[in-house]
Amino acid sequence: MTTVTESPKIMRPPEPPGFKTWVRKNLFNSWFNGLLTIVLLVLIVWAVYSLVRWIFTAADWEPVLKFPILYLVGQYPRGQLWRVGLVLSIYSLLIGFSWRKWGGVMRVLVLTYAGFFVVLAFWPANIPILTTGIRAALLANLGIIAIGYLLSGFSKITPRLILISWLFSLFLSLILLRGTSFLGLLDIVPTNLWGGLFVTLFLAIGGITLSFPFGVMLALGRRSSLPIIRVICTIFIETIRGVPLISILFLFSLILPLFLPTGIRLDRLIRALFGMTIFSAAYTAENVRGGLAAVPYGQTEAAKALGHSNFQIIALIVLPQALRAVIPPIVGQFISLFKDTTLASGVAVLELLAVGRSVLNSEPAYIGLQMEVYGFIAVVFWILSYMMSHASRRLESVLGVGER
Amino acid sequence: MSEQAADQLPIIIAHDVHKWFGDFQALKGITMEVHKGEVVVIFGPSGSGKSTFIRTLNRLEEHHQGQIIVDGIELSHDVRNIEKIRMETGMVFQQFNLFPHLTVLSNVTLAPIWVRKWKKQDAEELAMQILERVGIPEQAHKYPGQLSGGQQQRVAIARALAMQPKIMLFDEPTSALDPEMIKEVLDVMIELAQSGMTMVVVTHEMGFARGVADRMYFFDDGLIVESGTPHDIFNNPQEDRTKLFLSQIIKQ
Repeated sequence: MTTVTESPKIMRPPEPPGFKTWVRKNLFNSWFNGLLTIVLLVLIVWAVYSLVRWIFTAADWEPVLKFPILYLVGQYPRGQLWRVGLVLSIYSLLIGFSWRKWGGVMRVLVLTYAGFFVVLAFWPANIPILTTGIRAALLANLGIIAIGYLLSGFSKITPRLILISWLFSLFLSLILLRGTSFLGLLDIVPTNLWGGLFVTLFLAIGGITLSFPFGVMLALGRRSSLPIIRVICTIFIETIRGVPLISILFLFSLILPLFLPTGIRLDRLIRALFGMTIFSAAYTAENVRGGLAAVPYGQTEAAKALGHSNFQIIALIVLPQALRAVIPPIVGQFISLFKDTTLASGVAVLELLAVGRSVLNSEPAYIGLQMEVYGFIAVVFWILSYMMSHASRRLESVLGVGER
Repeated sequence: MSEQAADQLPIIIAHDVHKWFGDFQALKGITMEVHKGEVVVIFGPSGSGKSTFIRTLNRLEEHHQGQIIVDGIELSHDVRNIEKIRMETGMVFQQFNLFPHLTVLSNVTLAPIWVRKWKKQDAEELAMQILERVGIPEQAHKYPGQLSGGQQQRVAIARALAMQPKIMLFDEPTSALDPEMIKEVLDVMIELAQSGMTMVVVTHEMGFARGVADRMYFFDDGLIVESGTPHDIFNNPQEDRTKLFLSQIIKQ
């Protein structure tokens, strides 16, 4: 020890302050801050205590506990629920695959997804559909996630393959859940029976997957050298951004059918999805445009000098840099799209919030239990939103390698 | 035309090139010929049009009047001609302009793979050879942001060389570098010049010009004020403006 202090060349960084010093420095460095610390501490303890007491003694959780399946899938025919189970299992496998390849980014998603099965498997109420067998099957999904994780160790399962499988499974799950008249294989479940978290996620995931490429194209169009394309894209973006989402949903839901030729009927849920998509696309476009503007022109020049075509310059050099720069605002946009799905209840789409409302209205005994139901829904939204923002932060740091 | 005659034809012909930015005339009639294997240095005060001129040679800037013929192809609005010429001319920029989201190796292989349509493996083999030549094979899997300025500029030279160009254009390649890194880039350029590459170099590195240039052009105000061999320019400049400029940069 003494040798270190004797040699002047080897200096150690100052020791981090101990807990006591930290508390004194940060919480009690003046009489006013000391008072503030105490007052806030009292307030926090009081708030947490009242919340916990309310949750465990005062609150009546029956309208939440009694209808887990309703919150999940709405009026989806109970005899067809195996399809939902199948889709969930497919996703379990893919999540297992993705977990190994994109560990840090996926961790919260894996946790949330696994947590969902655990919560439902141990749902603390007696639900006729949730038999012991079904509960076991739900827990088995944890095993499927693990199998996916182990399988993805094989080198043949590349990130590209996983991405393609995800897109394919999203498409496949739509066919599974809706049914197909093809050969009469699967009964059709009309979308007016869809509901709950399922519809919320359908609108959110559908809206995100469709609005992202659409938004990127709009952003590129707005920077196009062709005036017609530029003007059309600009008008489109500015019009959509100038209108509240709810009015776009109304427009699509009520007015659009009047313009469609007779005989063509667009499903109510699909109309809502279209509305959400174009709304989100306009905002995504503006975010992406910011990213495009942040890529120095020298990049384009260097690529031109090497003989790259305009398409290659966009796809290989400008867009990858632009998109990386705008991950935070785009994820922010997607989170707000996710929460905005609740507005679809305004055009008679039974998403999670609408299911909560209908549960409250179903029995006189539930009058006055809004706190419980809406609180529960808020927590569900919070968990999923937090998951997205956490994943985005991890994604940024993963992609941040080699940032200048 | 016999092959020998084709060889004697200049690989770059610029005839009476004019260029405007709005109302400002940047080039007021530049005429220059560069033969295969020659090294030409262009120097002059900032705003003299030297960068603009070198950028018209691969049409990063469009010229408005006059004629530019590179490797027998005239530069015009024909996009296919432009792409052909860009495949034959490599360019190195003052600010390197490496692609920050790609590794050094990917920076060097991107154009051979996508423009020349080579197999990835072949492109990578060649890229490693070239990185060896510019002296940084051990950096192949790093990102540009992790390299020093001198290393980045050498990667930029490697990236241009990977397309196996007939002509290399250098637009102030050492102006953004710290003094101790200038030499490592100049060494690569000197080696390239000695290997017989046709080079057009905009630079104020007079040591480089004296050592390897076949001809020098002094630009001022959009015109070629004076041209000649380095010996003539340094020892016997004819124009007052050339004398003044040389005395200023050599004093530094």
